[in-house]
Amino acid sequence: MSLPSKLGVDASPAPATSGWPPVADVSQLLAERAAAGIPTRPRGGATKLGWGSCGAPPNGCQDLDTRSLTGVLEHNAGDLTAVVGAGTPLVELADRLALSGQRLALDPPLGFERAATVGGVCAAGDSGPLRHRYGAPRDLVLGMRVVLSDGAVAQAGSKVIKNVAGYDLPKLFCGSLGTLGVIAELCLRLHPLPAQTATTMIDCDDPATLARVCTALSSAPLEAESLDLAWRRGRGGVLARFAGERASARAASALELLAGAGVDGDTRDGDDEPLWDSQRELQRAPQGGISIRVSGRPTRLAETARLTDDIGAALVGRAALGLWWVTLGPDSDHAAALSLLRERLAPLPCAVLDAPEQLREQIDAWGPRTAGLVALERRVRERFDPAGLLNPSVPVGR
Amino acid sequence: MRGNGLDELLRELSAIVGRERLVAHPDALRAYQSDGLTRHRAMPVAVVLPDDSAEVQKVVRALHGRRVPWVARGAGSGLSGGALPVADGVVIALTRLRRVLDVDLENSRVTVQPGVTNAQVSAAVAPTHFYPPDPSSQVVCTIGGNVAENAGGAHCFKYGFTTNYVCGVELVLADGERVDLGGTEIDRPGLDLVGAIVGSEGTLGVVTRITLRVIPVPEAQRTLIAFFADTGSAGEVVSELVGGSGVVPAAIEMMDELALQAVEQAVNPGFPHAGAALLVELDGPEAECAPHLDHVVEVCQRHGAEEVRVARDAAERDRLWRARKAAFAAMGRVSPSYYVQDGVVPRTRLAEVLRRIDELAAEHGLRVANVFHAGDGNLHPLVCYDHAKPGEPERAELLAAEILSACIEAGGSITGEHGVGIDKKAQMPAMFADADLEAFQRLRCAFDPDGLANPGKVMPTPRLCGEVPGPYRRHPLELAGVAERL
Ligand SMILES: Cc1cc2nc3c(=O)[nH]c(=O)nc-3n(C[C@H](O)[C@H](O)[C@H](O)COP(=O)(O)OP(=O)(O)OC[C@H]3O[C@@H](n4cnc5c(N)ncnc54)[C@H](O)[C@@H]3O)c2cc1C
Repeated sequence: MSLPSKLGVDASPAPATSGWPPVADVSQLLAERAAAGIPTRPRGGATKLGWGSCGAPPNGCQDLDTRSLTGVLEHNAGDLTAVVGAGTPLVELADRLALSGQRLALDPPLGFERAATVGGVCAAGDSGPLRHRYGAPRDLVLGMRVVLSDGAVAQAGSKVIKNVAGYDLPKLFCGSLGTLGVIAELCLRLHPLPAQTATTMIDCDDPATLARVCTALSSAPLEAESLDLAWRRGRGGVLARFAGERASARAASALELLAGAGVDGDTRDGDDEPLWDSQRELQRAPQGGISIRVSGRPTRLAETARLTDDIGAALVGRAALGLWWVTLGPDSDHAAALSLLRERLAPLPCAVLDAPEQLREQIDAWGPRTAGLVALERRVRERFDPAGLLNPSVPVGR
Repeated sequence: MRGNGLDELLRELSAIVGRERLVAHPDALRAYQSDGLTRHRAMPVAVVLPDDSAEVQKVVRALHGRRVPWVARGAGSGLSGGALPVADGVVIALTRLRRVLDVDLENSRVTVQPGVTNAQVSAAVAPTHFYPPDPSSQVVCTIGGNVAENAGGAHCFKYGFTTNYVCGVELVLADGERVDLGGTEIDRPGLDLVGAIVGSEGTLGVVTRITLRVIPVPEAQRTLIAFFADTGSAGEVVSELVGGSGVVPAAIEMMDELALQAVEQAVNPGFPHAGAALLVELDGPEAECAPHLDHVVEVCQRHGAEEVRVARDAAERDRLWRARKAAFAAMGRVSPSYYVQDGVVPRTRLAEVLRRIDELAAEHGLRVANVFHAGDGNLHPLVCYDHAKPGEPERAELLAAEILSACIEAGGSITGEHGVGIDKKAQMPAMFADADLEAFQRLRCAFDPDGLANPGKVMPTPRLCGEVPGPYRRHPLELAGVAERL
């Protein structure tokens, strides 16, 4: 399927997007494949396909390239909302919104050639440092139009920032890794681009200090926009980013607060983007390595940092949220490292994201989950995709 | 249900919860006939008051065994008839499940039973932390009800809604299975089923335990009220503040002339006579509140504010909030009956829709007061009428429906926080096409294929769950790879 890109559609609000031809095409294609029993794997920028990989895709599994669903269909600047095609690359959306001084406050790693699409990132439930203040895709998606496995086109949510009519299917589809349907369009909540940013940096070389600084900054009433940590081979640091007209004053208060606790730091006023780029990149595995997302708790940070030293891994993540990524290079025993992490951090969930294909076949990507939960997930999946044609190897409900 | 079947059911329920926690006498049942939307009433055959989630599970399992429909109920403060009983069904009242189970401030979490009130959650984590979603009914409404309705409140403009704070729930499914969804940690692998539960209006199961995220209290708060000649100028202030002036207020609430009169009579805050008032709260670092406050005052004055009052201390702040939160109840002072509507419009269309509401009210010869979460574009038109005057209740209902149509025409929603319940199911097709409703039904059937959990709510027409939906199902031979279908 190849259709001309629609990026750059003018801001004159298209009254109804229901007639957008690419959606009808996706619907027709899925209906045909359903009739023929052909499994489908939706793909955006193909930067996170492995996360819910078709493993080695089963025989006959075909991709559905969502990049025909590209374009900004509406940008309601005054309301801070936009309706976009799921295949729109995040970088293109960002450029477009920046013209109006706005942004989608979602900054996951963008992957190879910065190709990650809005739909792919939402389907993967991925996020970056802005998660601290603005939440995950689930918190920024107001509405969705989806194409179900039989070609049915359904819409849920709304175009306004507050709505409780009907079930919140947009939340369910965020993070569903393409197993419930193809996301075709999203209505997004936007935020103003900050006038200025400033970042406070603290280096340290012992996990206890790392944890103490994280706690001090996350309980301080400074309203950071991002609050991150990074740790590798016995050294690490904490980064707090402040945004808005008083960004540098807030960064200075953060330094003062830390000085009071006997910790020294430094501030970068403006020009701090590279620091955060590297935080995002650390969420991805180096070539041939693995990345494991740990759903953690702030109180278990110090022990996690020590543990990553023990297995020769790197740790990065959101300090106040307890959300961490552990990454390992190509030359380690990935399976052993994973089971050690799971054993020592239990019951914290450790989910494998990036991994070499052959490893994926040996391990349990998501770790232990209760039978009742898996059974309920299976029931949901079967109702949306009764024939099991969408991303069959993704372990939702397995 | 009568006779033997009923007797056996009552005997089984009483064996689970004990005789004193089973309500079956008609006089006692009357208290459960309706929720906050008293126009609708129905008599259940019984109300059970379980003590813990194990008892809830046993009750639900027993009802499933007999295919008896049921409705979960918190404080019954809902305004859309969500907790309206099913005639011949059972009400499961969660008010005895009111223990705070765990307070873990280091990880910013609190775990509670569903019958704990919204205000008790914030109290449990005070004084260092708070739970931001603050419905005006917070002193009575339960967290279980908040989760079911995805409740909002004044401070949601800055902080988000219930759904942004629920990390995990224990859920008793309609077949009596008990399952933990989500948990203390975020981003657990698998589907975001918690996201689907929040706002599901008690139709996917009974929530029996909830883990919530709480946040540190801001260093400082500043609250002001500004009075304007009309809602149009107040609306312009809202647009400017929302549009990204760099200042994000914690709350922006509006009251119109009639609402102000009602509040004045009910709680006597000493407000001047005005066409509209905006209550704006700022919070955050102390050093920023002062300049931000100056900014808001300046914006109000530029748009013609007649008077701006800044609360000087906590007591004055409380008085301003009490006036706002008393607004619904205060309507009783200016009208014998009123109907609370709940609709949402894009924030840029506020002024236009408020004008339209005035026109509609005039056409029907009724008065409408407006009290609402202006920052979110969430309107609460209060339609005033006299139930004793023939034809007025019907006209009020018609007017309320037309107001919703105006919200939808403006690109908004038929409900921002009160839910669909029984009240708005007829309006669902105005917002959703058949295929959309069908997708909702898939979710409902996954959780409750027998349709026992709060049936007759949310969806406009009753639908049955087939075994497995969809036009196509692979034949077993095909799955086994014996046959190919083309
Ligand atoms: C004066 C007044 C002001 C209000 N202000 C606001 C406001 O500012 N914002 C707002 O959002 N709402 C407001 N409301 C509406 C109402 O308070 C909320 O909808 C509240 O969330 C309902 O909670 P409850 O405990 O009373 O639930 P109920 O009314 O008892 O039930 C509401 C729904 O939740 C379901 N339910 C209850 N408990 C459970 C459970 N444990 N598991 C599964 N389902 C359950 C019920 O089946 C029903 O569908 C107001 C109401 C009043 C009367």
